[in-house]
Amino acid sequence: MNNVKIKVEDFNFHYGKTHVLKKVSMDIVANKVTGIIGPSGCGKSTFLRSINRMNDTILGAKAEGRIILDGRNIYDDDIDVVEVRRKAGMVFQKSNPFPKSIFDNIAYGLRINGVKDKYYIHERVEKSLRDAAIWDEVKGRLNKNAFELSGGQQQRLCIARALAVEPEIVLMDEPASALDPTATLKVEELIQELKKKYTIIIVTHNMQQAARISDFTAFFMMGELVEYDVTSIMFTKPVKKITEDYITGRFG
Amino acid sequence: MKKPHISDMLGFGFLRFSVGTVIVALIIILFDIISKGRGVICWKFLITMPKNGMTEGGILPAIIGTFLVTVITALLSIPLGMGCAIYLNEYARENMLNRLIRMSIRNLSGVPSIVYGLFGVILFVQVMNLGTCILSAGMTLGLMTLPWTITASEEALKNVPKSYREGALALGATKWQSIRTNVLPYAIPGMLTGTILGLSRAAGETAPILFTGAAFFIPFLPKSLFSQFMALPYHLYIMSTQHHAISKVRPIAYGTALVLIALVFAMNLGAVIARYRLRKIKME
Ligand SMILES: Nc1ncnc2c1ncn2[C@@H]1O[C@H](COP(=O)(O)OP(=O)(O)OP(=O)(O)O)[C@@H](O)[C@H]1O
Ligand SMILES: [Mg+2]
Repeated sequence: MNNVKIKVEDFNFHYGKTHVLKKVSMDIVANKVTGIIGPSGCGKSTFLRSINRMNDTILGAKAEGRIILDGRNIYDDDIDVVEVRRKAGMVFQKSNPFPKSIFDNIAYGLRINGVKDKYYIHERVEKSLRDAAIWDEVKGRLNKNAFELSGGQQQRLCIARALAVEPEIVLMDEPASALDPTATLKVEELIQELKKKYTIIIVTHNMQQAARISDFTAFFMMGELVEYDVTSIMFTKPVKKITEDYITGRFG
Repeated sequence: MKKPHISDMLGFGFLRFSVGTVIVALIIILFDIISKGRGVICWKFLITMPKNGMTEGGILPAIIGTFLVTVITALLSIPLGMGCAIYLNEYARENMLNRLIRMSIRNLSGVPSIVYGLFGVILFVQVMNLGTCILSAGMTLGLMTLPWTITASEEALKNVPKSYREGALALGATKWQSIRTNVLPYAIPGMLTGTILGLSRAAGETAPILFTGAAFFIPFLPKSLFSQFMALPYHLYIMSTQHHAISKVRPIAYGTALVLIALVFAMNLGAVIARYRLRKIKME
């Protein structure tokens, strides 16, 4: 595969004594959507959170192996974690708006990164909200508290917040799990739009969704990467029997 | 309709009895103090010096003394307490040492105030050679309130969801940025409430200031933080047990008690208001 954005090599992850990710190796291609599927508890979120080193905050967490982002192993000692997180934005499994106004939620990332220019902040806020397909719903009430939004709107707000700081990678953990079909469709369209600019990794429990939106699909089970291929192949003629069983819903 | 269970009724009855007892006791105390103290309270009582061997005049120096000491207490215990709480809750690793520190802090909040008083004498008055003064007394009270401030502040920090911290970090915030901009603003109302409650308890303490700076009678206002001072709780103690004409100064004692209670009540009210207003700002 050409144009590799992230190279995962023999990556292991432990929460204390539980070995959650086992020798995962995979190449993630730039400007494509990579879908991650697998049964609950298999380590999808953990894998995603390893890519922006979000797991650092968890007590007793230990990572081994390499995740190479643009040629640099992000687990090297001299790496600037803040820089990694700026590059790899994240939309969490549970949407987590801050108890601030809609505007301040989006502007937050810019402000902490030292942007002072009010005009530029306004521009970015509008652009991000448009990109996240929520602008029309909130443009008249940017000063309202983000908690007043519906669940689906909050999720798109969180997407907009991640986009505002212009990352290169967007990590999405089941961004559509709390959304109704219309909102889900919006988010899916949005993802197709976003991949022009960003490299996207998305965790989903919905097979149809994975088939619809991702270019590549990775199937995890019990912390191991079972199979990883172009989505069309994964969903038509997977190599492993167990992948086929999972995709067709025969278990899990 | 189903008949209420007998044990339910007994349990509920006991709860009602407890609440009733507490409220009645409180009302009796308040009523006693207000009815006996009301007579002496007037502007003159609040803004003049005691006269004639403290059998006449006001309690101005005691009010000023308590005020100044409380300010020192606050200056010591707010920044230190909040700092400790932030360190313990946000930075310290969960290990034996940390648990030991936390346990000691919990235990310190149960140490009798007279022990703090003795400690204050040794540390501030003697070792640091500050003498008996407002500063020594204020810092002693500050130490005494620290465990409460730390515990309350830590509780407030714990109430801020983890997702606020993670959300900020994921956007490229440094740890301190995420704490400063996305945790503290939501924890401060709770921190302040706990702290002010601690301060109001400190303001009413006698034992810690007894040997560290409070004086029986000083016929003028403190000149500096290195002066001895009069304080409301100590004045009350003197007037009700040590004065040579106790029955004669009874009304003054009750007046002093009333002022002290009003002060503590005002501080607690301030805590409630601060909490309410900050919470509103945060939600906007
Ligand atoms: N903070 C943590 N501490 C300890 N163990 C954890 C922690 N987070 C996750 N785990 C464990 O790691 C394993 C993988 O969890 P993870 O959240 O990555 O699963 P997942 O594939 O995202 O599941 P789901 O589809 O339900 O979201 C699980 O067994 C879980 O119990
Ligand atoms: Mg998950």
